[in-house]
Formats: sequence, C-alpha cells, structure tokens
Amino acid sequence: MLRRKRWLFAMLAILPTLAIFAWLRMFPIVETLRLSLHKWDILSKNKPFIGLANFQELMGDRLFHEALLNTTIIAFGVLAITIPTAMVLAALIHYRTRSRASGFYETAIFLPHVVSLVPAAMAWKWIFDARLGPLNALLSFFGIQPQAWLFDPTLSIISVIVLCSWQALGYAVLIYLVGFKSLPVSLYEAAKLDGASGTQSFWFLSIPMLKPITLYVSVVTLVSGFNVYAQAFVLASDAQGAPGRQVRVLVLDMLENSFRNYRVGYAASEAVVLLLIVLVLTLIQFSLLRERGRA
Amino acid sequence: MTRNVSQSGKSRKMRRMIVDRGIDVVLMTFSLLMLLPLVFLVSNGFKTPQEMLAWPPTIIPANPTVDNFAAVLQDTPLLRWILNSILFAVLSTLAILATSSIAGYILAKFRYRSLNVVFALILATAIVPFEVYMIPLYFQAQSLGILNSLWGLLLGYLVMSFGIFLIRQNVIHSIPDELIEAARIDGAGELWIFFRIVLPLLRGALGALGVLAFFQAWTAFAWPMIVATNREAYTIEVGLALFQTGFTVDLGRLSAASALVLIPSITLFVILRRNFVQGVASTGLKE
Repeated sequence: MLRRKRWLFAMLAILPTLAIFAWLRMFPIVETLRLSLHKWDILSKNKPFIGLANFQELMGDRLFHEALLNTTIIAFGVLAITIPTAMVLAALIHYRTRSRASGFYETAIFLPHVVSLVPAAMAWKWIFDARLGPLNALLSFFGIQPQAWLFDPTLSIISVIVLCSWQALGYAVLIYLVGFKSLPVSLYEAAKLDGASGTQSFWFLSIPMLKPITLYVSVVTLVSGFNVYAQAFVLASDAQGAPGRQVRVLVLDMLENSFRNYRVGYAASEAVVLLLIVLVLTLIQFSLLRERGRA
Repeated sequence: MTRNVSQSGKSRKMRRMIVDRGIDVVLMTFSLLMLLPLVFLVSNGFKTPQEMLAWPPTIIPANPTVDNFAAVLQDTPLLRWILNSILFAVLSTLAILATSSIAGYILAKFRYRSLNVVFALILATAIVPFEVYMIPLYFQAQSLGILNSLWGLLLGYLVMSFGIFLIRQNVIHSIPDELIEAARIDGAGELWIFFRIVLPLLRGALGALGVLAFFQAWTAFAWPMIVATNREAYTIEVGLALFQTGFTVDLGRLSAASALVLIPSITLFVILRRNFVQGVASTGLKE
C-alpha cells in the first residue's frame, strides 16, 4: 500500500518535467532529424521525403563549406589559445592562493565569461575599429599599418577568435583551479625533496595529472566554438547589416537557409551535421576517459 | 657554519619573495588586461565624440557627458528591452529551479526501472546543443501563436538537463536515505518530505543553479533573436545587436547602451560570485 503510494508520488512528481522534456527537447530533436530527410520548403505545399539528398547538396554547397571551415578554424583557434593560457594562469593563481589578491585575479579573469555577450562584443568592436580603435593606434607605434580588422575576411576571423578566447578563458581557468586543488600535495613535496623545480613539477606532474580536466575543458570549448554565432554576428556585421561582411559560421548559415531562403529541411540537415560533430567530440571524450580508467 | 646556513636560508627566502612578487606582477597585469575592454566600454559611454578618438584612450573621461545615454534612451525602447530580459531571465530561472529540484530529487532517491530510462533520455538530450533543434522549436512557438512574446522566449528555457543532473548529484551526496526513511516512519507525507527536508538541504545547490540559469537566459542570443522580431519584444541582447546595424549609430551611443546593460549584470555577479563559482565549478566535476 505504502509502496504503491510512493511509486505514484514519484511518477506524478516527475511527470511535468518529463512532459516538458518530451515536448520541448526530444520532439524537436527528432523533428530536426526528420526534416533533414525532407524537401521541406515553407513556400511549397508538398514536403516530399528525399532521403539523403539534402546532405548530398550540402557537400557541393560553397557557402556551407565556407561556414564549416570558418567555424572549425574558430573552434580550434579558441582551443589553441585557451588551454595553454588557462593552464598556466591557473597554476600561478593556485601557487598564490594564499595571497590577498588571489580572489581579485580569479574574479577579473572570470568576469568576461559572465558579462552579457553583446555588450562585451561591443567593447571589442571598438578596440578593433579600423579608424578609431586603439588596436590600430597601438600597432602604428610599432610601424605597422592600420588593419581592417573587421572587414578583411581573415582578420575578422582572428578578431572573433580573440573575442571568444577572452570570454572562454575565465571558465577554463576556474575548472583548472578546481583541478589543481584536487591534486595530491604529497606528490609535489616528494618531487621538491628530489630537487624538482616548480616548472619541472608543473610539466611532469601537473600536466599529466590534469589530463582529464584538459580533456573536459577541450570538449566544452570546442563544442561552444562550433555553436558560435552571437560573437561573429556582432563583431563582423556592419552598419548596414550587409551579409557580405559577416563571418559565415554554421549557425548563421543555418538561420539564413531557414529564415531567409525558407529551406527548412536543408537547414535541418546542417543542424544534423552540427549534431554529428558535437557527438563525435563527446564520444572522443568518453572513450579517452574510459581508457584512462582502465589503465 | 651556522652563519652560512642562516645566510642561505635568508637568500632562499629572498628568492622566494622575488618569485612571489614576479608572479603577482604577471597575474595583476593579466587581470587588468582582461578587465580593460569592459572598463573602456563603460568609460566610452561617458565620452564626447572627440574624446573617443583621442590617443591614448582616457580611462576617466575629461569632460564626462550623459548625452550618449540620453540619446540612446530616446532612440530605443532600451528600458523595455531590459525589462523583457529581466522577466525572461527570472521566469526561466524559476521554471528551471522547480523542474530541476523535483526531477533531480526523484531521480536520486526513487529506484524504479522506468526512472532509469527517464534519466538516460535527459542525459542524452543534454549533449545536443540548443542550436541543433531550435528551428523545430520555433515552429512549435509559431503554431502556439506565442512569437514575439515572453512565453515564446520561455519555451526554449523551461528545463535544463544539466540542472537536473546537478541536483541529482547533490541529493545523492547530501541527503542520506536514513533521514527520509525516518521521516516516513514518523508518518510524513512525500510532499512534506520534499518541501521540509529536501529543499532546505539543497539551498546551496539551488542557489548555484539559480545563478547559472539566470545568466543563461540573460545572455541568450540566437533563440530570442528568432522568436522576437518585433522591436518591442526584443531582449536587451537582441536589441543592442540589431541597434548597431542601424545607419546612424555611433560608438559613443553603443557604449552607453552597453554600459547600461553591463553594470547591473556585473553588480549581480559580484554579489552572487560565490554561488556562481560554485555552480560553474561543479559543471567540471563529473562523476
């Protein structure tokens, strides 16, 4: 009797959450998969099943290629800047944990991660501005010609990477700090007795032992890099919002295909590609972690 | 001999101090560099157009002016956008706290096979980025007729897989089975147990999750941008982003508008820093 009542409570209590999940998460995900196999055009009445034709078309789509390439460059660029910087900064902050300023370091480095995205991007837009930005003024001291940071396609991708790294760094530092705190102190003391320098124990103790953390931060950074949109939108769209100047990323291409060209099925197939990329990254993380668990 | 030892001890101490100071200098410089863009943003909001061009850029404006702020408030429904964002973020946070706490508790403390399936489904969807399924979700909002409304915004932010996971882990760690069993033996009802025993013990975790959920909605971009196409329905992020694509906007006004958005969120962050750090840190602690 009591057992039954308990069971009933559990089911009734979880029901609202489960219903929302089914309705607003699982259904749209399945719907994305379904749409990707259809020629689903808002304007036409027929929405026929076309198998993998959308994916075949993606393979020859120049704009999609550009978006995929840009997104990949951004994701890996942010990764390449964030991981080493965060590791070193976290090591230094950890070393100075007992100093009075350590709270300040943590807050200052973490703050960009939590401020609203668009205002933060506005700050960088001014820094990169070709005419009145301080970056070009600074470069001119070193005799470097002013650069069109937000106009030139290559430079605007670099600008997006800089902005994204500035934002991602605080999160990575925080996770690394948690990692450093969990490392066994005795091991470092032993290394010190054996005459290891601080740099040596960082290189031969910290880095190997922090591997799971590095893996986790890498996957998180890459996944958010592949979803990049707002940063690219704000930084590289111009006063007239001309599409030519935008940094084409996957999400932008998806949104254009569905809301500008009304090709929803086609956009859904792009979403599926995005999903596959994220899935592969996550699987890599899991399999590497399992390998470590076995060893 | 003794003198020698104390001398080398002294020089070691000296060396250590130099290293410490050196590290402090590096960290302080880096921290200030990280803050600089935000500092300039706020200060640019108070500058005259001429001063914005000055090199080196001034941190404290020579002739501070509020013209930019006045102009922005006149040009745009900025306060309306901020209000939209606040309502959206607060309601989303409440929804996420409610769904996460109850579901997290049930999934942690009730062992039925059907619940394992539920948990697996929730975890599986956690991997899928929002951008992947937002277009079908948009059609849901459209068919409900709630585009350009608060409800449309909320549709995307009512539940959070990670929130359920976080609460579940916290319940497992901090609420012993014996406590719940004892309450049951004393004749407490399931709802009473949840509200009077479980929720109070979860206060820390709920605080951390609340802050995460609030900032998640406050900084949301892609979803508000496709749901709200009507100027009055924009959130502040969308409003600002589209405001900058207009013709006449100058950087002074943009900075002023941005500063108006930044200052409350930075203040909130500084107040809730502990909760925030706790929440973010626990995202990295997978078990």
